Amino acid sequence: MDTTFNPPAELEQHRSRALKAGAVGLVLCVAGAALDRDHFFRSWLTAYMVVLGIALGSTALMMIQHLSGGAWGVFRRVFEASSRTLPLLAVLFIPVVLGVGSLYPWAHADLVSADKVLSHRQAYLNLPFWLGRAMIYFAGWVTLSMVINRLSKAQDDGDISVNMRLQKVSGAGLVFYALTVTFAGIDWIMALNPHWYSTLFGFLMMGGQGLAALAFTIIASSLLVGKEPMNHLLKPSHFHDLGKLMFAFVMLWAYFNFSQFLLTYAANLVEEVPYMLARLHGGWQVLALFLVVFHFAVPWLVLLNRDLKRTPSKLVVVAVWLLVMRYLDFYMMIAPEFSSTGQNLAFAGGEHGAAASHFFFHWLDLAAPLGIGGIWLWMFFTQLAQRPLFAVGDPYLRESLESTGGH
Amino acid sequence: MSHESTPTLYGLMAEFDTAEGLIHATEQARLAGYRAMDAYSPLPIEELSEALDLPKTRLPKAVFIGGLVGCLGGFLLETWASTIAYPMNIGGRPLFSWPQFIPVTFETTVLGAALTCFFGMWGSNKLPQPYHPVFNVPEFARASTDRFFLCIEAADPRFDREATARFLQDLHPLGVSEVAP
Repeated sequence: MDTTFNPPAELEQHRSRALKAGAVGLVLCVAGAALDRDHFFRSWLTAYMVVLGIALGSTALMMIQHLSGGAWGVFRRVFEASSRTLPLLAVLFIPVVLGVGSLYPWAHADLVSADKVLSHRQAYLNLPFWLGRAMIYFAGWVTLSMVINRLSKAQDDGDISVNMRLQKVSGAGLVFYALTVTFAGIDWIMALNPHWYSTLFGFLMMGGQGLAALAFTIIASSLLVGKEPMNHLLKPSHFHDLGKLMFAFVMLWAYFNFSQFLLTYAANLVEEVPYMLARLHGGWQVLALFLVVFHFAVPWLVLLNRDLKRTPSKLVVVAVWLLVMRYLDFYMMIAPEFSSTGQNLAFAGGEHGAAASHFFFHWLDLAAPLGIGGIWLWMFFTQLAQRPLFAVGDPYLRESLESTGGH
Repeated sequence: MSHESTPTLYGLMAEFDTAEGLIHATEQARLAGYRAMDAYSPLPIEELSEALDLPKTRLPKAVFIGGLVGCLGGFLLETWASTIAYPMNIGGRPLFSWPQFIPVTFETTVLGAALTCFFGMWGSNKLPQPYHPVFNVPEFARASTDRFFLCIEAADPRFDREATARFLQDLHPLGVSEVAP
């Protein structure tokens, strides 16, 4: 058995293709930013949250893997490569910072002084504190990813003393992850609406990130499974594990979303209900129904099939589809807060609900995912090519590779 | 050869001390044409169901249908209770407030699927079954701790007392026993 596990040469092709696509997308985004500032910032934020979800979800799954073990550890290098893209994502966050004035009602002094709720929230939602929190999130995420990746490298080089430290860092890291992702979701998405709040929002973020990370890991691994060194080593049972996890996260997504909807429906409070009403009118209800059917019902039914989960070429279709759904889900969270001119409804209508949003889709909503996704994939493939495709120092690697399923 | 004095048999059972030995023996027995046989192991062995070429279980389909029945039953129960049996105005909501029915619908779906799975599993394994001929072999007591057994049943058309015993002996078992019915 070849134990160097060097990545296949084809990665170089994927890398350059991703870079080209990303460059085209970024050029379009720059043009869009000049032509239509408001739409640019909104589209950028939407696409950014999807891609950030892949990287952060992978970081979390990597830490869970260190704590739980299991044969799905054979995919650890894919999670690790995704987690090493976090410095790039910190850079890609800059447009969101530049767009604070376009995106968030709390950034407008006149709106804040005219609105009791916003004035009350000013202690938390103000520019210095908001920026400071964003810096803490990114500093923490990048540090966490760097520390774990460095320990993993030491493990490759044969240092077995890091095994315990990897677990300890992962345990503490998961707590940090859960808190920061919750607050980031509040800061970057929930605050688009001046009044709305949901205590489930952090869970929605984390569940979505886990799903996006699993879907992406299936896609990346299916690119590798036909080539050396993975073609002899990855078995149907390994993909079966990822498929089962993805299945679980599809249900988790539905569970969290429905819980949020039901609690709002049952409580019927004036701060909460407009968020749901906006998404059940003006054409958005079609997207809502689409998400129920194609983010949950259809993938759920399809993923029930055992053989599909064990066939990478079929499973990858579901994974790609679910990533598209992740994008539409963030679109559903963000876009209905804006009018079709790209302006936040809170700026136009004063009291929320006075102005209703109607369904729209802007060309920048295709350009932004292309730009961010392409440049991010380029970074991902760059990182993936730097290390052996299996964690060669992992004491459970042999056992994981030999596993044929069952527990 | 005379068979008058020999009692009827359930089958012949070979004992192995490793899972690999059992898997190998099962594969060989299949290649030799035996079909009516079963393997016994203290731990689940994924390869065994392939080696035995067991038919695909119909249980998943039954569980799916059980879940579906539970789902519809729960939803209809809630609908009936809230709109027909006890039509009460709660917070001004419509009587048919279907989002509020979903949690119960979910629970009854799980209940329907779980009950079908539980009883379907027992039924398809023909359990409970307090007596089975393999218990007549004293060594079989270790089947739940550290020994692996392959039993070729007399019901198999290729079964022959001497030939099958020789065949099993050639697989290097710890021993071959006759299983009384």
